[in-house]
Amino acid sequence: MSAPTRGRARRTLSAVVPPLVLVVVGLVVWQWAVTSTGVRPQVLPSPLRVVEQGWRNRELIWTHTVPTLQVTAIGFACSLALSWALAIAVDFSRWLRRALTPLLVASQTIPIIVIAPLLIIWFGFGLLPKVLVIALVTFFPIAIGLIEGFAATDRKATDLLRSMGASRWQRFRYVRLPGALPSFFTALRIGITYAVTGAVFAEYAGAKEGLGIFMSLQKNSFRTDLVLAAVVVTALLSIGLFGVTHLVERLVIPWHVKRRRG
Amino acid sequence: MGEVKLAVEDLHKSFRTDAGVLPVLDGVRFDVAPGEFVSVIGPSGCGKSTLFNAIAGLERPDSGRVVVDGRDSTGRSDPFAYMPQQDLLFPWRTVLDNTTLGLEVAGVPRRAARDRARALFGPFGLAGFESARPQELSGGMRQRAALLRTVVQDRAVLLLDEPFGALDSLTRTDMQEWLETVRTGFEWTVLMITHDIREAVLLSDRVLVLAPRPTRVHLDVVVDLPHPRGLGVITDPRFAQLEDVLLNALRGRRPEA
Ligand SMILES: Nc1ncnc2c1ncn2[C@@H]1O[C@H](COP(=O)(O)OP(=O)(O)OP(=O)(O)O)[C@@H](O)[C@H]1O
Ligand SMILES: [Mg+2]
Repeated sequence: MSAPTRGRARRTLSAVVPPLVLVVVGLVVWQWAVTSTGVRPQVLPSPLRVVEQGWRNRELIWTHTVPTLQVTAIGFACSLALSWALAIAVDFSRWLRRALTPLLVASQTIPIIVIAPLLIIWFGFGLLPKVLVIALVTFFPIAIGLIEGFAATDRKATDLLRSMGASRWQRFRYVRLPGALPSFFTALRIGITYAVTGAVFAEYAGAKEGLGIFMSLQKNSFRTDLVLAAVVVTALLSIGLFGVTHLVERLVIPWHVKRRRG
Repeated sequence: MGEVKLAVEDLHKSFRTDAGVLPVLDGVRFDVAPGEFVSVIGPSGCGKSTLFNAIAGLERPDSGRVVVDGRDSTGRSDPFAYMPQQDLLFPWRTVLDNTTLGLEVAGVPRRAARDRARALFGPFGLAGFESARPQELSGGMRQRAALLRTVVQDRAVLLLDEPFGALDSLTRTDMQEWLETVRTGFEWTVLMITHDIREAVLLSDRVLVLAPRPTRVHLDVVVDLPHPRGLGVITDPRFAQLEDVLLNALRGRRPEA
C-alpha cells in the first residue's frame, strides 16, 4: 500500500470506529436490559430478536424497501429540479429574490404532519402525494444552499469577468455556478437525509406499499420487532445515500475535496 | 509629445455614502504613449483603484473621458485587460484554463484560446504547469499566471493593480526582474498601480504621483534610465535621485503623521 492510500485508510478507519463503538455499547446495554428485566417483546424486543425476525422476514421487508427507494429517488429528483430552477431564477432577478425568499421560508412553516394526510386525501395513494412531501421537506435546504452559494461570489471576481466583457450569463456560468458547488453539496447532504425519512413518513400517512406503511401495519399488530427492523433498513438507506453524495462530490468537484483535505 | 495610446481626460468621480458625498477623482488627466510603461503611485486610499475601475469601464465616471487610439472608450471594457489586486485564479480550472478565461469569454474557440495561452507558458516561467491546479502553484507563479491571463487577451492597454503587492519581498524582486526582461519581447502599453517606489522606478518609463483624496495627478516624472534594467540599476545615482523625488512628492501633500 502506498503512503497516501494508507493515510486515507487510516482516516476512514478513524471516522468509522468511534460511532461503531458507541453503537455496539448501546446494543449491549439494550440486550442486557431486555433479558434482565424480562420485558415483553411486544413492548421492547431485544436487538438480537430484531435482527433475527428482520432476517426471517427479509423478503417481505425487501418488497417494501424497493417502492420506498423509488419514491425517494423520484421525489428527490423533483426536489433537485425545483431548487435549481428557483435558485437560478432568484439569482438572475432581484425582483424574484424579493418575492420568493419570504415564500420559501413560509413553505417551511407548513406542518408536514398535518399536510401529508391531506395530500393523500387530495391525490390518493399514488406517487404524487409522496413526491410532494419529499420535495417539501428537502427542497428548502438545497435551494437556500444554492442561492447563498451564488450570492457569495467575490465582488472582485465579478469585476474581473466584467472587465473581460462577460455577460450576466457568462458570469454565472464561469464563476457563480462553479463557486456555488461546494455549498450545494453541503446542502445536498442535508437534503438527502431528510428524503428517506420524508418518504417513510408519507407512506406512513397512507400507501399501498413501502416501508412506511409496513411499519404502520406491523405496529398495529404489535410486531414491534419488525417495526424496528424496518427502522434499521431506513437508517441504512439514509447512510447509503449520504455516502453516495460524497462519491458524487468527489467526482464533480475534486478541486474542492482536495483543497479541504490539503 | 508624440503618439497617444491612452488619453485620460479630466475624470471626476464621487461616491454617495451614508456620510454624504465622497469625492474621489478630482480631474485626473494624463496621456500614455504606445508601448509605454506608466506607474501610478499615491497615498493609500487616494483613489488609485477607483481610477482603474473608471478607466476599465467597471465604474462610470461622473464626468471626463477615456480615449484609446483616438476613440472615445469611456465606460467600455474592451480596450483594456485588467489584472486585479488579488490573483483570482479559480480553483475549479486548471492553470491553462484559467489563463484562457478572457479569451473564452470573448468567444475565441477553446482550441485556439489554449494554443495562444500555451505559447506564453514558456516566457512566463510556467511551462509544465498547464494542467496543474492554481492551488499547487507558488505565490510568484500564481501572479505570473494571472498576468498571463491578462496579456493573452491582447487588449490595447494593460491595467495592473498592484500585481506584486501580495508577494514577499524576495519573490517580489524576482518578479520585477522577470517582468523587466519579459516585457522587452512584447509591445505592451501598461498602466500599473504600485505602493513601492523602487518598483515604480525600476519598471516604468514614467511615474505618476497622485495627490491624496480627492485625487488628481500631482507629479509626472519621466524615468530616463535605459532598458532593459538589471537590478544593478538600483545603484545608479539617478535611480536614487528619482526615488527621492517621488518620495518627496508623495510626502509633500501628506499631513505629518
Ligand atoms: N463603491 C464605493 N462606494 C463608496 N466608497 C468607495 C467605493 N469604492 C471606493 N470607495 C472609497 O473611495 C476611496 C478610494 O478608494 P480606492 O480603493 O480607489 O483607493 P486606493 O488608492 O486604491 O487604495 P489602496 O491603496 O488601499 O488600494 C476610499 O476612501 C474608499 O473607501
Ligand atoms: Mg486599491
